[in-house]
Order: sequence, then structure tokens, then C-alpha cells
Amino acid sequence: MDKEKWEPKIAAFVCNWCTYTGADLAGTSRIKYPSNTKLIRVMCSGSVDPVFILKAFERGADGVLVSGCHPNDCHYNAGNFHARRRWDFFHKLLDFIGIEKERLQFSWISASEGKKFADVISKITKDIKSLGPFKAYKQMNSEFTVNFPEYNESSNSINKELQ
Amino acid sequence: MNYGYFPGCSQTSSAKEYDLSLRKVFEKLGFGLEELCDWSCCGATSAHATNHKLSNALALRNIVLAGKQGIKNMVAPCAACYNRLITSQHEISMHPERKNETEELLSEKIPADVKVINVLELFFKIGLAKISENRKRDLNGIKAACYYGCLLVRPMNINNFDDAEQPTSMEMIAEAAGATTIDWNYKLECCGAAHSIVRKDIVLNLSKKIIDDAVLNGANVIITACPMCHTNLDMRQRAMKRKYPEHLMIPVLYITELVGLAMGMNVKDLGIDLHYVNFNYDEYIAEKLIA
Amino acid sequence: MKIGVFICHCGENISRTVDCPKVAEVCRNFPGVEYSTNYKYMCSDPGQKLIKDAVLENKLDAIVVGSCSPHMHERTFRNAAISAGINPFLVEIANLREQCSWVHDDVEEATQKAIELVRMALEKVKRDKPLTKIKVNVTKRILVIGGGIAGIQAALDVANAGYEVILVEKEPSIGGHMSQLSETFPTLDCSQCILTPRMVEVYQHPKIKLFTYSEVVKVEGFIGNFKATIKKKARHIIDDRCSGCGLCMENCPIKKKAYNSFEENLAFRPAIYTPFPQAVPNIPVIDETICTHYKNGKCGMCVKVCDREAIDFDQEDTMFVADIGAIIVATGFKLYNIEKKSSGSIYKGYGEYGYGKYRDVIDGLQFERIASASGPTSGEIKRPSDGKVPKKIVFIQCVGSRDESKGISYCSKICCMYTAKHAMLYKHKVHDGEAYVFYMDIRAGGKMYEEFVRRAIEEDNVKYIRGRVSRIYEEKGKYIVKGEDTIAGMPVVVDADMVVLASAMIPHDNAPLLARTIGIPYDKYGFYNEAHPKLRPVESTTSGVFLAGACQSPRDIPDTVSMASAAASKAIILFSSDQLEREPVVAKVNEDICQGCFYCKKVCPFGAIEVKDIKDINGIVFKEVAYINQGVCKGCGTCTATCLSKSIELAGFNNEEIFAQIAAL
Repeated sequence: MDKEKWEPKIAAFVCNWCTYTGADLAGTSRIKYPSNTKLIRVMCSGSVDPVFILKAFERGADGVLVSGCHPNDCHYNAGNFHARRRWDFFHKLLDFIGIEKERLQFSWISASEGKKFADVISKITKDIKSLGPFKAYKQMNSEFTVNFPEYNESSNSINKELQ
Repeated sequence: MNYGYFPGCSQTSSAKEYDLSLRKVFEKLGFGLEELCDWSCCGATSAHATNHKLSNALALRNIVLAGKQGIKNMVAPCAACYNRLITSQHEISMHPERKNETEELLSEKIPADVKVINVLELFFKIGLAKISENRKRDLNGIKAACYYGCLLVRPMNINNFDDAEQPTSMEMIAEAAGATTIDWNYKLECCGAAHSIVRKDIVLNLSKKIIDDAVLNGANVIITACPMCHTNLDMRQRAMKRKYPEHLMIPVLYITELVGLAMGMNVKDLGIDLHYVNFNYDEYIAEKLIA
Repeated sequence: MKIGVFICHCGENISRTVDCPKVAEVCRNFPGVEYSTNYKYMCSDPGQKLIKDAVLENKLDAIVVGSCSPHMHERTFRNAAISAGINPFLVEIANLREQCSWVHDDVEEATQKAIELVRMALEKVKRDKPLTKIKVNVTKRILVIGGGIAGIQAALDVANAGYEVILVEKEPSIGGHMSQLSETFPTLDCSQCILTPRMVEVYQHPKIKLFTYSEVVKVEGFIGNFKATIKKKARHIIDDRCSGCGLCMENCPIKKKAYNSFEENLAFRPAIYTPFPQAVPNIPVIDETICTHYKNGKCGMCVKVCDREAIDFDQEDTMFVADIGAIIVATGFKLYNIEKKSSGSIYKGYGEYGYGKYRDVIDGLQFERIASASGPTSGEIKRPSDGKVPKKIVFIQCVGSRDESKGISYCSKICCMYTAKHAMLYKHKVHDGEAYVFYMDIRAGGKMYEEFVRRAIEEDNVKYIRGRVSRIYEEKGKYIVKGEDTIAGMPVVVDADMVVLASAMIPHDNAPLLARTIGIPYDKYGFYNEAHPKLRPVESTTSGVFLAGACQSPRDIPDTVSMASAAASKAIILFSSDQLEREPVVAKVNEDICQGCFYCKKVCPFGAIEVKDIKDINGIVFKEVAYINQGVCKGCGTCTATCLSKSIELAGFNNEEIFAQIAAL
């Protein structure tokens, strides 16, 4: 792929109540941000399994964002606290195995923070762009992990269609 | 353990006895006070009223020196020095740009780990039990009004070691030394401070109110931990007497002097004889030694 | 599976930056897509008809709509799906407006993203499972916690709608703080005169079961099906024998050992007492801590005078469990204690005001008792210390409130008004007296409130000084109040005979404990959190638990009463159907692979996870697994991420669905 034209692919796991609504507000307020990030809506940031993040990297994401409600603002009282604890640990783990820390970012974005949402997206896009494409996982994956034929199939077929 | 010591200008002049008693008391308690080499003005009063940048630079210069000397805890016995030093430290911790500015002025990095403490904090750091253990003399006859003044336990939220509006730490020290303390109303009121030089009339009035309230509430000695307060309360009493003939003279002691007395030191050792208002030793202290 | 894709233009909102026909065209070729189209307004009636017709015509199994945010029209399209005979949970929305067309400028870029968003939705919908709404039964009985004006109002409203009410009050009588007040602002009508009839109505209402001197100790279950355990503390009086004659109280020899908390410690009470003469129920309690009988087994004066043999020294606390369908929490407030505090508390106290040290420095509720005709001074304004009539009185507002250095940043809302009332009452009773009020701002928002304050200033000549008080001390029997007049820009000293502090409203000390018992969130002060500050102000985030009154934030009587009625009507709405329907987005355990580690149980914020025994055919338990109570589960999915064996799945957001979305990124 041409280096100059390369655009990163970023997955964002966002909670339904705060960040997703915040993203909607960014839209309603017509605040522009780069189009590299696509949102995957979950009910609560507490339900974001580290496996999701690994999966995203495995499926070719160059960066992952996880975002939920501000502490004490959680629709489910405490989900984001569990998320925070889990992220903190998982982040260190990723760092340990050699994945750049900036590839995985966390934030609190409330339903009223459309501007902040746009800023966070712009920042992560910029960060990931400066880091370049994420190849390490793909290499590791080809060496160590077992492929999931079902997902490979579907994504391959999709990739083919897109090309 | 050794503590750093920032004397400040008063300790070498009008408050010599404070310096003297502080050194003696801590020597006897087994703690060294290491004087800051080449210390300079803390930046209080005139500097911080006229040039803010200068007052910060002056204060922080001393912090830089302390850092170089390897001092972690530095006692500043003068309440004004203490207040100036911690306020400057707080200011640069809150405003990095002012920190950069001051560091540029000083051409030095300002260390972040120098903790400035006042004398009351120092007594608490070594432990009040230490004072009671070393008591040699019964101070039962002393009814102390502990006077904090405006600077010693402030500003609120920067200085957190005692309540800014209702402090009790000095009382605890005085009681550990065996004195009785009284509850009174003027322990934080203004003594007139630096107006002592230019507006004696104001200082006379303000200080008189403080002394009167202490007397009204049954005190026979006022205890302070600030050279400025001491000057105003002690030195101005003669003028008070001239202006209000019914004025009752009451001795004003530094907290270190009180602790020194409890530890069996003499009036002369502690420099109490340098005060304007006589501390009539026999009147207050029955020569009863504690074994 | 046959999937239909419907791309909406939203007028021009989407089509301006997203090439909608192209998106529809590209999507038509994705695997599984049977039908793909685009239309100007998908949410309009013709748009919905278009979806319905396409479904029927092409025998579609699931649909993807590329339109605005699912928060806008998900329900619309789900309903369209239902009318076309598709399960509503086989509808996915790709958010092409808020998260694509509105935030990007470049048509090519936005179109590409739109295609990808639709593709993600497609992959998800392929794995979606049909879900049906969950139905739960409703027990039509309500528990009201707290018998102040909020609890009374809520209980009466629910009871008058025909449902049973259990009203629990921890004090011996209902009435709360309102029963302590002298007169109420802005009308100056007597508080007890308007409250007492309500209290009696509660007592006599056939639908209300009143438990005073009782506490809620445990709440289990979920909306419509709570089980509350209530502790009835021992009164040492047999309720149904007591006639409320009061002879026992008159004859109790212990007269001055305990302060009467109803009189805000300005008077004493005997060991056997009712808090005040109009108490409901009018049945006394015995204070074990001071009663002679519990010290040495003697006395028994009350037993001698009670000809109905109602006294029972051996009575013990009893517990009972009640089935209820909803809870209204109305526990109210207490006043900020302005004595100097220990360093551990977030409240710093006002040592400089000398409250607790000087007997004539009192708080607002104490002044209410002094001004009240039924109070310790029979309504005459007298100093607690020597009983003299104060000729100069200082009121200080915002003591605690709006003072972050003392631990509270909020406004207590009622103090401006009650201080004006206090000053007015004082001036009405002591005509030659002088009243000073130190204030920060006057906040008199409310019907006739501002006029009331003006009246105090203009007609009753109360002197308002804008500024804070720094110190109060006693000098020759006077209280020297040192403050600042910030308008005149100079210090003020008032030598007052009495000082009244309008201290802040704070939650009860055990408010967080009760919140944890019920399972509702609270803020850093201990006020209970509402589900939404604007649109759901009387609901807590726990379904079936409603809030009323000052336990949620400081408020005055009219606000409290309206909130209580609102909470009651929310409960009545809940009770209006026999069964509850709710969204099926809940977690479910695969019992075959659950390992029974119960980490999920620890993280569940709602206590929805229980231990379930799996038995073999002989009825012997061979495995414990997690079981999720579908009524309680709110579908956050924290358990799914915590589950080690991945045996929990959140319906509508299961791992397979998310993985598919990730794969389609």
C-alpha cells in the first residue's frame, strides 16, 4: 500500500448512554472529525472484553479506542469502574508484549461532550497516523495463533468485494 | 534526625531570644538544627507587596539552597517567613509557567521535595511525648493564652496541619509542657503586624484588644510563635500602659521558651530576660522540680 | 438469511455528503443481501410502507436501515418490522447521519465510511437472534421509607389510588421536620395546623400500614417483586392496649436525663415519651438507655399508673418481611452540624462561630422550636441560656452551604427564605428588637418568595448586610459578631444577644447505608441520585425505586410535596398493569459451560446474579452455576466481560455479534 495514501483503521468501543450519545451530539453540532474511526456500540464500557480489543487488532485495526461515561456518571452505577480497572491492567499487558501504548486509548466522554468526542477522535487518528500501520500483531498472528476459519472467510469475502 | 533551619531576619535581631530558645530546646531534645547556608530574605512584607515576582524569587532561592544542602524538612520559625515560603511553593506547583519564570530568574531548578514547616509542626513531628518526657519543672502556675496570629496556620488548604479558624496545636504543645491553657477569643486576630513601624497607633489598639481579651479570660502569660506578634504584644505594652494607665502588663513568651522552662532551663539561658515585659519567674513557677 | 438494506437520504441531511444510491448499490452485492434500496425519508409513512412492502414481497428475514442515530428512530423501524412480521430485534441501524454525513465533508470519504458502517450492521444482523420482551409480575403494594411530609404525601396519593402502602418511619412518630416548624414561608401559616390532619389521615387510612420506630434493614428482588425486611424496634409498649393518655409520661421520675430531639435539644423528655403531643401514633416509647428499670430493675412507675397494662419491659425488636412492588425513598435531611469536626469528615465545621460552645448561638431548627407556640418557650423568643428576650439578633445565612472550604459546594435552597421568615417572626414578636441578616446572595426563586423577602426588608425593617461573618465570640454576655459589609466595603461588628445560623441541609448519616441496602446510587454527600437530572427526576436508576423530597437534594415543602406526588404517580403507573414488559437486552448464562467462579456476581452492579444449583436426576446437587434474574438485570454486560469461561452472553450484544462487527470493520 502506498505509504502516503495509507489511512489507519480505528475501532471504537463506546457505551450506549454516554459516548455514543456524545458522538451523536458531535454530529448534531456538525463538528468535523476524521472518518477513520468506526464505532461499535456496546451497552456499557464495563462489557468491553479485552478479547474484543485483541480481536480488533487481529482483524487489522491499527488503533482501538474504548470510551465510556465519566466516573460516577455510569448508567449502570459502576460499570465504568470495572472497565477502568480492567483497562488499566490490560493496557500494561499490551505494553509488556510490545504493542505501543498509543494504539489503545481510553477516554470518558459524556453525552454532552460532542466537542470532546471530536477532539478525542482527531487525536487518536493523529497518534495512529504517526505510529504507522500496525503489523506486529499480524506477524505474531501468522506465527502463533490459530485462525478462525469462519471469520476469515467472511472477512476475506468482504475484502474481495471491496477491492 | 536533623532538620534544616531557616532563621529569617527577625531571628538575628529583634527575636534573638526566639532563635536562642529554639536552638537550645532542640539541642536538649536531641535534634540538630542545620542552619541554611547563605540564606537570604524570604520575600515577605515589603517584597510581596511591591513586586510579586521578586518575592517568589527570594523565597524560592532559599528553597533551592535547601535542596542543594540536602535538606528535606526545613523549619521556618517566623510565621511570615513560613507563610511566604509555603505560599511561593504552592504557587509554582499550581502554575508551571511561574515556576519556569522563577527558575529562569534564579538560573536554578527548584526542588519539589523541600518541606517547609513551622515550629508548631516541628514539635508535632518530633512528638509531644518527647516534651512531656523531658519535663523537669512544674509549670502549673502558668495560664497560657496561645496566640497564633494571622499567618501561622494559614493559608487554608495550603497549610493543612491545623484548623485555620480554630487551631489547637499550640495549646496541645503548651499542655504537653505542663502549662494550663485558656479558651479565649482573639487567638487569630490581627496584631497590627508591620504597621508597628509606621502606624504605632493602630498597632497599639489592635494589640491592646488581644491582650485585654487574654487577661479577661484568665491568662497570665501569652504564648506566641511569631516574632512580629511578639514584638507588637511585648514591646508595645509600655506604650499601652502610658496611654491606658489601667493596662495590666502581661508577659509574652515564645512557645520554645515555654517548652525550655518546662525542661528546666533558666530565664537567662532562654533569653527571656530580653523581653520588655518582665517575666517574673517566681510569680509563675513554683520551684518544684519533677524527678 | 435474506436481508434488506434501506438507505435513507434524510432529506438532504445524509445525501449531501453520502452518495446514497451508490451505498445501496454496493450493499446489494454483499452476501446475504436480498434487497437494497434508498429513499428520501425512510422514517416517514411512505418510507415505512416501503420497508413493509419490501419485506413481504422479498420474504426478508432481517433488515438494516442506514439512517439517523438508533437513539432517534430505532423504535420506529422496529415497529415497522413488527408490522411486517419480522422480530423487532432483527433490525439494525447504521448511523449514517450523526456519525457520518454530518461530521465529514468529503463525499467520497463519507460514502466509503457509510458503506463500511452498513457492512458492520449487516454482519451483526446476520447473527442477531429473535428476542421477545420479558414479562414480570407486579406486586401492587408500595413501601414508603420515611414519614416526613414527602413520605406522607406519597403514601396518601398511592393509597388513595387504591393500592396498599407500607409506611416506615424510624422515629416514634411521623411528621418529620415539617412538624417541628413554627410557621411556613411565604404565607406564614402554621406548619402543624396544615400537617397534623395529613398525619391523622395516614394513620386512619385503611390502605396504609404504618410502622413507626421501625427501619428497613434489607431489600431484595427487583421491580414489581421486591422483598423488604423491616425491623420494628421494641417500644416496650403494647400498641393496641395503649390509649395514649400520657399518664406514664407525667409520672416518669426520669425527667432531665435526655434531651428531646424533637425540641432540638432545647428541652428535656422523660424516659417514656412521645416526641410531641400531636404524635401519630400517639403511643410512647421507652428509652432503654435512661430508664431506671433497665438499670436496676426498680421503678416501674409507668406500669403502676397504666391501667391498661400496656407496658411490656421485655418486648424485643421484631423483624418481618413484606412483599412489595415498588419503593419510594423519602428519608429527608438533617442539618449540618457546625461544631468543629474531626479531620476525617468532609465537613469542616464552624469552630469560629462557637456553636456548641455558646448556648445562644443556635441553628435554624432550634429557632423554629423557640418561635413555635408548642415549643419550649411557648412561642416567646427567649435566649436558651438565661431566658431573656434578645433585643438584638443576628441571622447568618449560608453556614455550610456554598462554602467549599467547609466541605459543601451546593446551595441549600431554603435558607434565604426561612431566614427572612425567622427575622420576620422575631420582629413580629419583639417589636423593639433589631434583626440583622448576613447573606451572600438572596435566592428567592418561587411564587411569592421574592415579595416575602422584600416584605421582611421593607415592612419589618430587617437589616440585611451582604457579607460573611468571620468570628463570633462572647464578651460580657453579648455575642460579638464580626463580619464584613461587602457593599459598604467595611468591617461590621454587631453585639448581638442571640445568633441564629442557617446551617446547610445535608443527608442523614446513614443515607449511604440505606442506599446500599436498596441498591441506589448516591453522590459524594449522600444525596440519592436521580435517573436523569432533567427528564427522570423522581426515579432512581434502579427500576421500581422512586425518590421524594430532600433525600435527593435540598428542597422546600412545595417542591417536596410535588416530588412526592410525582413519585407516587410513577408508582401508580407501574401498578396500572398486572405484568411489566421490558427490553430483552439482558445477560444469560450458558449453564453447560459456567464454571461457577461467580466473579460475575461480584461485579454485577444490581445484584442480579444468583447461585443456582444444578441437580442430577436423583436430586443431588452436582454443580453450582450463575443464574441471572431477568427482572433485575439491566443489561450492562459487565458480567460478560468478567466471565472467565465466556458462558455469559448479553442478548443483542453477544460476543459473536460484536466479533462479526469487528471483522467487518
